[in-house]
Amino acid sequence: MVKLKINQKEYSVDASPDMPLLWAIRDVVGLTGTKFGCGMAQCGACTVHLDGEAVRSCVTLVSRAVGKEIVTIEGLSADPDNYLQKAWIELDVPQCGYCQSGQIMSAAVLLRENPNPTDEDIDSAMSGNICRCGTYPRIRKAIHLAAKMQREGGKDK
Amino acid sequence: MSTTLNASRRNFLKTGALLGSGLLISFTVPGAKKLGGAGAAVLGPQSGAAFAPNAYLNITADNEVLVYLAHAEMGQGIWTTLSMMIAEELDVDVNKMVVQHGDAWKPYNHTMFGIQITGGSSTTWSEFDRYRKAGATARALLVQAAAQKFGVNPADCKTENGVVTAGDKSATYGELATAAAALPAPGDVPLKDPKSWKYIGKGVKRLDTPAKINGTAKFGMDMQFPGMLTAVVLHAPVFGAKVKTVDSAKAKAVAGVRQVVQIPSGVAVLADNYWAAKKGRAALKVDWDLGSGVKVDSGTMLAEYKQLAQKPGATANKAGDVDSAMSKAVKTVEAEYTFPYLAHSPMEPLNVTIQLKDGKCEIWTGTQMPGLDQGAAAQVLGLKPEQIRVNTVFLGGGFGRRATPSSDFVKEAAEIVKASGKPLVKMVWSREDDVKGGYYRPAFLHKITAGLNAQGLPIAWKHTIVGQSIMEGTLFAGMIKDGIDGSSVEGVSDSPYMEAIPDRLVTLHSPKNEVPVLWWRSVGHTHTAMAMEAMIDELAHTAGKDPLAYRQELLKHSPRHLAALNLAAEKAGWGKPLPAGRFRGIAVHESFLSYVAHVAEISLNEDGTIKVHRVVSAIDCGLAVNPDGVKAQIESGINFGVSAALLGEITLEKGHVKQGNFNDYVVARMFDTPADIEVHIVDSTGKMGGVGEPGVPPVAPAIANAYFAATGKRLRQMPFNKANLPA
Repeated sequence: MVKLKINQKEYSVDASPDMPLLWAIRDVVGLTGTKFGCGMAQCGACTVHLDGEAVRSCVTLVSRAVGKEIVTIEGLSADPDNYLQKAWIELDVPQCGYCQSGQIMSAAVLLRENPNPTDEDIDSAMSGNICRCGTYPRIRKAIHLAAKMQREGGKDK
Repeated sequence: MSTTLNASRRNFLKTGALLGSGLLISFTVPGAKKLGGAGAAVLGPQSGAAFAPNAYLNITADNEVLVYLAHAEMGQGIWTTLSMMIAEELDVDVNKMVVQHGDAWKPYNHTMFGIQITGGSSTTWSEFDRYRKAGATARALLVQAAAQKFGVNPADCKTENGVVTAGDKSATYGELATAAAALPAPGDVPLKDPKSWKYIGKGVKRLDTPAKINGTAKFGMDMQFPGMLTAVVLHAPVFGAKVKTVDSAKAKAVAGVRQVVQIPSGVAVLADNYWAAKKGRAALKVDWDLGSGVKVDSGTMLAEYKQLAQKPGATANKAGDVDSAMSKAVKTVEAEYTFPYLAHSPMEPLNVTIQLKDGKCEIWTGTQMPGLDQGAAAQVLGLKPEQIRVNTVFLGGGFGRRATPSSDFVKEAAEIVKASGKPLVKMVWSREDDVKGGYYRPAFLHKITAGLNAQGLPIAWKHTIVGQSIMEGTLFAGMIKDGIDGSSVEGVSDSPYMEAIPDRLVTLHSPKNEVPVLWWRSVGHTHTAMAMEAMIDELAHTAGKDPLAYRQELLKHSPRHLAALNLAAEKAGWGKPLPAGRFRGIAVHESFLSYVAHVAEISLNEDGTIKVHRVVSAIDCGLAVNPDGVKAQIESGINFGVSAALLGEITLEKGHVKQGNFNDYVVARMFDTPADIEVHIVDSTGKMGGVGEPGVPPVAPAIANAYFAATGKRLRQMPFNKANLPA
């Protein structure tokens, strides 16, 4: 048993220390918003935050996550001021939707560190997240929109 | 699927029959989640709970409108579009509808294709009448019920936002549901005048976005049940290889592994979770009889295809005497185009969950053909199809891979359940299983010789196509006529350019090998559009004409091609100067009843590779039901096309697929795709066409033609990566 703190909640998880965090989150804890896409840190569908940093949970061992704050898409969604999700809705970003949890988790770290990203900043920060539906132009626009909302600090209403 | 039936229900299903476009309508309705679920719902008027006028919608007594989709949502937006059609005619708020996929069930068979399928970019146009009529018929019954209740004439009733009003009287649809359910079927119900449309042609935001951005949307991969085991399969390293011996001792020793079973497609490891199953798989020792598949090699295959193309194959399109006409040509141009195998690689790896319980079976998966999957699973499990309920969940991408005539993935999961005796199993493919697993877009070769007259116009066209048939050996093999699999030649043999050329010969060779092949987003057009539009561009330059003007001349009798071409050219500023180092290429192609033109703007990177900066696109798809959804699909098609044009390639060496994951089967990332994509919709009253696929085909030729503008060199070998660029 290892203890994991996911989205502010403590879990006792029956997982071997070499199990990637992704499978502990999905198969053992049962939070399925974090997705499996490649298993080798290529696609970013499994992106979660570990002490605020975006990590690919498919190659992050459970042992590395012990004692750290883990935030998944479910945790991020609990924040009512999440401009990213508002922007994603506004611009109708998702298509199949499978990669979008990971896209949003990566974008959240970008916006925290760079509140006013350029297209190049976005391309660079999002380069680890693949979308086979090719929603990239809308993701880019949505990040700009979320950045604008964040800078203006207002609620959307 | 158990459903009871009563006399008055039969009346409603007469209603269904008139919606059916000649389909057989079964006397059942799909299970509604609020009313029992699990296929056991009894949704007749006797329940007093719901009004189920047809298979496509129910209205509950608490005023909820449930929409049942005959097609699967895989990103293309039909969750929203089909709901809009019902909402439009039913007069309800589309944003308040509860949407779900329908079961595998005859009323959900495609109105044109005869089986339940999401494919061919056909959902919107094929359902436009059926779903609107479903809404209109329900509305007519609700109005009739209201008129009786209010003691007024139905003509004096109005409907808006799920409420019927007449003067000062009003009732919600929910309040009227039971009474409406007791009424006989109305005759043919008129549809609304397009002038009064509130949603259609105007647009609605995607109804599935909220669930897809907060982790709550359920894909097949997300199915979890107590007691469920996860299975991974060690697949054959070479297509067609068979297991000789299995040593599973070490695999069984892995913590969490519960069972190891041999199945026809390999060896399955069942475990408490994916990680344990995958570790177990890695510990398996399997000896394979590799079989004849080891002979497949991309290099020698290309040489064989080139050899085959020296002689004509089966005739796909013939007119006049091409050799005689060619001999009279002032100039001839010859070109050979090659295309690699491509994997679909949807973001969600294939997976299937199966539960066997009390002689019944439930399947949860993201599939484009639930009816065929139902039959395939039934055959493996020794059940009748009606004992199996297929629950279609959101597809994490499809692109054709989740529509296999062989139901390969569903059958494999059923084989695991059968061999293991375990009643609840989720089979999960790894990304490597996906990339190495076949069902690829076949490799193709096109050899074209075109002869021009003194005016530079083509007078003779000789075209030989070589590539595996995707229909051969499948239950669609009957579609092969006189040696021609239409999907191998679509976009060439029916090209409008051909009609303008009096002497022509298009032939096809369909060599066979062990590699499973399948339709891949835009099917034959993935290669035929490149061959045609690159060649036409080459002819334009040979003739000393502007590529746009040349196409306008050749397509003068194809108004919809022209409309898309002209709009894209105008919006892209064709002919106007570009910044230094930027170059344009143009292409137009019809597929799936829609007409799409792209103008691509590229520059060359320092290493000579291509950077696509901008694509300006125009589509004529007839009525655009959800215009922003149309734009989203064309954007998606463009990026899918950019990925294939610049990066996509599956190769085999001695039968082994060399790629395995996104590190070597490279797909487009954000930085690979154009920063600027503009999509314009032709204001059209033409026949409705599809939008999921038609954005893909013109991408590669637009890029290749821009590369010619930049370098004076032609690209004829896909993908246009460093290795394939001309020296």
